Amino acid sequence: MAKFIVDNKTVEADESITLLRACLENDIYIPNLCWLKGMADAPVSCRLCFVEIEGEEQLTSSCKIKVRDDMVVKTDTPAVRRLQKTAFQLLMSAHEINCKVCPANKKCELQKIARFLKTGLKPKNMNSHLKEISADMPPNPSLDLHVNRCVLCGRCIYTCIQKQGQSQITFAKRGIDTIISFYGAPEVLSATCSECLACVSICPVSAITLT
Amino acid sequence: MKKATPINKDIPEQAYDRIYKQAMQRQEAFLSVPGPRIHIGTATCGIAAGALETRSAFEEALAQRNIDAQIHTVGCFGHCYAEPVVIIDHPDSGFPPIFYPEVTSAKAKMLTTLFLQEGDPRFEHILGATVANEMIPSIMDFARFNQEKRVVMEKCGQIDPENIDEYIASDGYSALAKSLQRDSVEIIDLVKKSGLRGRGGAGFPTGLKWEFTQNEQDNETIVVCNADEGDPGAYMDRTILESNPHQILEGMVICGYATGARRGIIYVRAEYPLAVKLVTHAVEQARAYSILGQSVLNTDFAFDIEIFQGSGAFVCGEETALIRSMEGHRGAPRYRPPYPAQKGLHNLPTVINNVKTFACIAPIVNKGAQWFRTIGTKQSPGTAIFSVVGSVVHAGLVEIPMGVTLRTLIFDICGGIPDNKQFKAVQIGGPSGGCLPAEFLDTPIDFDSLTEAGAMMGSGGMVVMDEDSCMVDVARFFLDFTQKESCGKCTFCRIGTHQLLNILARLTRGEGREGDIDLLDDFSVDIKNGSLCGLGKTAPNPVLTSLRYFKDEYIAHINEKCCPGMACRTLTAFYIELDQCARGCDLCEACCPVEAVFTTSNRKKGIDQALCVKCGECQVACPPDYDAVRKVSPAALVPVIEHTG
Repeated sequence: MAKFIVDNKTVEADESITLLRACLENDIYIPNLCWLKGMADAPVSCRLCFVEIEGEEQLTSSCKIKVRDDMVVKTDTPAVRRLQKTAFQLLMSAHEINCKVCPANKKCELQKIARFLKTGLKPKNMNSHLKEISADMPPNPSLDLHVNRCVLCGRCIYTCIQKQGQSQITFAKRGIDTIISFYGAPEVLSATCSECLACVSICPVSAITLT
Repeated sequence: MKKATPINKDIPEQAYDRIYKQAMQRQEAFLSVPGPRIHIGTATCGIAAGALETRSAFEEALAQRNIDAQIHTVGCFGHCYAEPVVIIDHPDSGFPPIFYPEVTSAKAKMLTTLFLQEGDPRFEHILGATVANEMIPSIMDFARFNQEKRVVMEKCGQIDPENIDEYIASDGYSALAKSLQRDSVEIIDLVKKSGLRGRGGAGFPTGLKWEFTQNEQDNETIVVCNADEGDPGAYMDRTILESNPHQILEGMVICGYATGARRGIIYVRAEYPLAVKLVTHAVEQARAYSILGQSVLNTDFAFDIEIFQGSGAFVCGEETALIRSMEGHRGAPRYRPPYPAQKGLHNLPTVINNVKTFACIAPIVNKGAQWFRTIGTKQSPGTAIFSVVGSVVHAGLVEIPMGVTLRTLIFDICGGIPDNKQFKAVQIGGPSGGCLPAEFLDTPIDFDSLTEAGAMMGSGGMVVMDEDSCMVDVARFFLDFTQKESCGKCTFCRIGTHQLLNILARLTRGEGREGDIDLLDDFSVDIKNGSLCGLGKTAPNPVLTSLRYFKDEYIAHINEKCCPGMACRTLTAFYIELDQCARGCDLCEACCPVEAVFTTSNRKKGIDQALCVKCGECQVACPPDYDAVRKVSPAALVPVIEHTG
């Protein structure tokens, strides 16, 4: 067990777990999207879970470092909040904000983060960028993808690998056009996906729904 | 790692001696053939300028005139402004070997007749002789040649990259033979003492990187050469691979021996087909000479190299993305640490070095760490290679000792700015680098000074810009590049660069708003701090440096809708100065592609602003005697000329 301090509070946690998990399990919320408990190797892609660790010059992604004795962590410094807010607003600038019709409404991870960071859902000073939905995306008979809800956290891909051994979902394209996409023959997808639905339940923003 | 123990009591020195003698015999046989020798530079740049046509023209003309001459294809000399480059060595004429620039097919035929047959070297076409002599000024009298210091590119343009014997005959692979007689720790020590820093951009000490890998020796280690060069305007690695691939292989084998690796991989862009072909050929030759394979130079050290072709993603030049790509995944970076030296390809310790870094190894082993330290500066020993492009007279590859100032490089070595224009800025380090203004021309070129100034060494791209370039547009260009090349993994790089680009594009269209400068600055700082990998972390640099040094241009774009460099089309306009326009002259009207030029009632010309696409053709067509076409910014400055009057 490691004993360390987070926001002036003493926390104890097993040395094998990440700082993010230790904080979450001790009721210290740090915004996060791409990390899941049990991940051996977090993708570190959402760029929300920054913390400040005493003695370190740069902010650290808490999903990537293991807890250690005597570390002094701060989760709510101005620098941390600034980066978190920008990252969140950037995500929202590429997100279709139409909560009323969204099945994730009220349990949405984005709404939770917005409340926590005390920021609006609609970003200021940013152009909204929604993707055009291309017709050539491989279809999945049982599931619908909503590319403009998706925040590209990759939880579905990880979960699919855990459940099915090999992911039926992947990242496609690149840069601002990056999307998640199903791949494989529709029959295979139809058979496995309609039974499993793990991706539907893990998605923090209801970007994958039942047809 | 123990000292390699020789097999059959044959030490690597003897094995090397054998191939060296063989190579020398072949070399002497080649040199003992009487008659002229024609050396033609046929790397990609030469070929693009027509070197292959030049070669055919020589072959044809030689056959026609029945002249016995040998054509020798070599790599690139680095003198792009002079391509296709030909050196003619015609001993019977009494002249020394002569360097001819811009040898087109017609010139090749002319030189065959007049020089090779009749002995007249045609002085008006000569750049210089390659050796000092009484008759023709030597090329070494010119700054473009004598201020260079060639370590990495020493043999580029001298030897045939397809012929391993030529490399060996010029002492190639002797450093490998020497290394194999030493302890691997000694070699790492030597590289550490030399102070060599990674030439890929960040400048991490190479010896230290090797040591980290060596410390991880429980496992198999892997040596990777990063030849995924992708900066716009940079082509140093390609040229070296195409001109002297064996020097890189030699560096990699030595590295493999020092770090205890058995496997080397060259990650080269598929967009460099000639480099891929020549390196593959070089590897095959090295295998045939027992320089690669189960027993390198007859020792029990085994090392082989394979070629991996990258498929066009800029981000794969980032080492963790490069590894992912070689593992067969999407080329996306991952969090560091662990660094590849600890956990790299397939989780094995992996040394990843740039092409130029590996090319420095053999000279360091041969001439010693002390010698290497005499070149360059204390903190950045050795040389730097830049591909200097843009508004300079003598564009091309330049290898200079570190510490030379930008002014010397741009104005003395590369001949300054053409067409009497003013220097405005120099962009160093590609999309990760920055633009430095004239005040920084006296900055010495080394890792630390450039970083301090806000640019970075990068892999060696250098774009020189004159007064006609717009710094906002330059920033926009680079952001457009990084935005397209972002892998899309992390939020800041994926969406942040897109937002930055949006603002910059708005400014160049004259739609800037108050507060945009602060917005650009804030976004840039956040993207820098928040991004996962080096691509995102450095992507805002072109914006940050141009904001720092050319803020007035940003302000002019926003407040006055004015582009001081007159490069942003929407902010500029053309008009015709009626006082200078000649009656009855129709040149501008004739060349206008959109029929925007009209004739006024007194037979002068005017431009219909609604039709004009601002191509500038009329300004080019207008005879210098009249010089009546004006370009202005902001566009609102254009005087109104009535269409009919």
